[in-house]
Amino acid sequence: MPVKRADKTPMPVREAELRAHDFEEVNEGYCFSHAMFEAERCLRCQDPVCIDGCPVRVPIADFMHAVAAGDLKKASTILRTANPLAAICGRVCPQEAQCEMQCHMTKRFGPVAIGHLERYVSDWEMEQPLNDSVAKPTRDEKIAIIGSGPSGLVCAGELARLGYRVTVFEALHAPGGVLRYGIPEFRLPNSILDWEIASLERLGVEFINNVIIGKTIKLDELFSEMGYSAAFIGTGAGLPKFMGIPGESLNGVYSANEFLTRINLMQAFEFPHSETPLKVGGRVAVIGSGNTAMDAVRSALRLGAEHAMVVYRRSENEMTARIEEYEHAIEEGVEFHWLTNPIEVLGEDGWVTGLKCMRMELGEPDDSGRARPVPIEGSEFIFPVDNVVLSIGTRPNPLLSRATPGLKTHSWGGLLVDERQVETSVHRVYAGGDAVTGAATVILAAGAGKKAAEAIHSDLAADAA
Amino acid sequence: MVRILEKRQLTPITKLYRVDAPLIAKAASAGQFVIVRVREGGERIPLTITDYDREQGVTTIVVQEVGATTRRLAELQEGEEILDMVGPLGEAPDIPSGGHIVGVGGGYGSAALLCLMRELSDRGEKTTIIMGAREKDLLILADELGEICDHVEICTDDGSAGFKGFVTDRLQEMIDGSPPGRPDYVIAIGPMPMMRAVEKTTKAAGIDTTASLDPLMIDGTGMCGGCRVTVGGEIKFACVDGPFFDAHEVDFDEAVSRSKMYVKEEQQAAACQRSAREVA
Repeated sequence: MPVKRADKTPMPVREAELRAHDFEEVNEGYCFSHAMFEAERCLRCQDPVCIDGCPVRVPIADFMHAVAAGDLKKASTILRTANPLAAICGRVCPQEAQCEMQCHMTKRFGPVAIGHLERYVSDWEMEQPLNDSVAKPTRDEKIAIIGSGPSGLVCAGELARLGYRVTVFEALHAPGGVLRYGIPEFRLPNSILDWEIASLERLGVEFINNVIIGKTIKLDELFSEMGYSAAFIGTGAGLPKFMGIPGESLNGVYSANEFLTRINLMQAFEFPHSETPLKVGGRVAVIGSGNTAMDAVRSALRLGAEHAMVVYRRSENEMTARIEEYEHAIEEGVEFHWLTNPIEVLGEDGWVTGLKCMRMELGEPDDSGRARPVPIEGSEFIFPVDNVVLSIGTRPNPLLSRATPGLKTHSWGGLLVDERQVETSVHRVYAGGDAVTGAATVILAAGAGKKAAEAIHSDLAADAA
Repeated sequence: MVRILEKRQLTPITKLYRVDAPLIAKAASAGQFVIVRVREGGERIPLTITDYDREQGVTTIVVQEVGATTRRLAELQEGEEILDMVGPLGEAPDIPSGGHIVGVGGGYGSAALLCLMRELSDRGEKTTIIMGAREKDLLILADELGEICDHVEICTDDGSAGFKGFVTDRLQEMIDGSPPGRPDYVIAIGPMPMMRAVEKTTKAAGIDTTASLDPLMIDGTGMCGGCRVTVGGEIKFACVDGPFFDAHEVDFDEAVSRSKMYVKEEQQAAACQRSAREVA
């Protein structure tokens, strides 16, 4: 008789009708018994493969056993040692395409909820009393971290743990990069990010906001005038792409970056108490199908849009968003228009009134391996809309490379790095995350930050020897 | 936090601040700008750097009260602090050497021309500034600009000082040969309609012209794209590609339309500010 096993324990969520009108977190998190039950589902594989699905190789099996044994302190130590941003990754990682895809339970019963448990253990850790003392650096070398997004935060933390004097320079008025301006609070509350940053401060990391390296301070001045021994560039991929279709500069058209920055960083949902406005009409079309598109469309819903729509030229199968975001979006009432390609934004008196689209069908696979969308002739039609939000991707920000002779980039803007994938064309200047790879995930950026920290440590040791 | 070292009232609605911002002063070039935020929950707004003193580490900005944020900023006094200031942002303009360079400043735009015109004068260029305001009392920094430029042409709508008429009327006279003579290059800084009028005037005369655009911005580093302007048929970001653009290539209709995107919300924020003050 086949062995019967329980299905994956679902994440408790707030009711869709309620949550679709505020920015409070959607997922409520496991309780203790959920966590114990779920950790017990782990098969204790002799040769666990879940770890192979993790970009930073969290020893998931060890962590799972510690949870099952009720030793949350041990579990959190295992987790945090491997992934300094566990509380964030437990919330935003695409586990279904990483660790949980590898899990031997996946095919028959659904994977062990590794992500949900990562979040549970991190949340437990955040509730523990804080040690108020700030660690003192044990080394003289100063390291500059440029940008406070995921790769910069992890790089800073790793180097501070090794005893270096670490300063993080952030261009905006608050640290966190895309975690602050990009991901909405209903998915990643600011309090989580604030806690991660506070933990880094206790490790001795210094954060300086409102400084743009390349503008306020030139990259070479960090070395020649300020005495830094190495720098890490984690400036991300924040430059929004536009489609190049007519009407993109009409009022009411936003890049997803602008739309989300107004909401997340500038708190436009509290207007006029917060002074940054955002125009959200009754009908909002978000173009694209990634996580950012889901964040934008669900934010539009929360800001009162009656019809919040995703418009995507490919089909549901090619969608790039995390499955959880997609499911939550459907529950909340987001409308999806697949195989629909926008060709023009229509307007009147300078304001958006509609989105002209063509129906598409899927053809042969293209360079990305996904079926190529082909326009169906004569299928043009118009969506009446009040807003269009473009979420069709971002490119690395050229601000620092433009201001720094010798800092080489690929033609598409990504920073060139050495065969170790860490050091740029400028000596002792390292880079990682989206600035190198183009837009990717938080966990890949975290992994790159960690790898760069190790390289900086070994290179500086070699320099000193 | 940036401390205000000195505050000067230039007109009833225009204040000049010298602030303690050594890193910005050290890195600044004429024509660049900063972004400031005055309070928690406040907007981020761009302001042109009026002047900088590298030795003293002082940056100068001029603020005209137009919305909720500029009004809050204008209330700050010497010794108080501006919550956030980041910069210098944007690129300094590339003004060709030789010939007669004419800066046209409307309203607070004259302040933005101060260090730019000084740099050009120091470079040995023949410089003229045409500065305009509704009336005499609204003119700003005329003495300072007078010391820097070879010629200062003052224009007021009501004739209370200098030439009676718009800056473009005086510009046209100069193009037609009135002393100090026809410009070879024009720099326009001021309200959007003024820059558009200058552009029309110089286009007809075939004079190269650059305009400093100040669209709505959030981050100022190219991240949001809110400041996009169409220049020569291409989308450009004023924050990183500008703020100076070939005025003859700028789609001013679109820029003017985009600058009015939040007019209603600005009034709402101002009303909210007023009622908060009444409660207090």
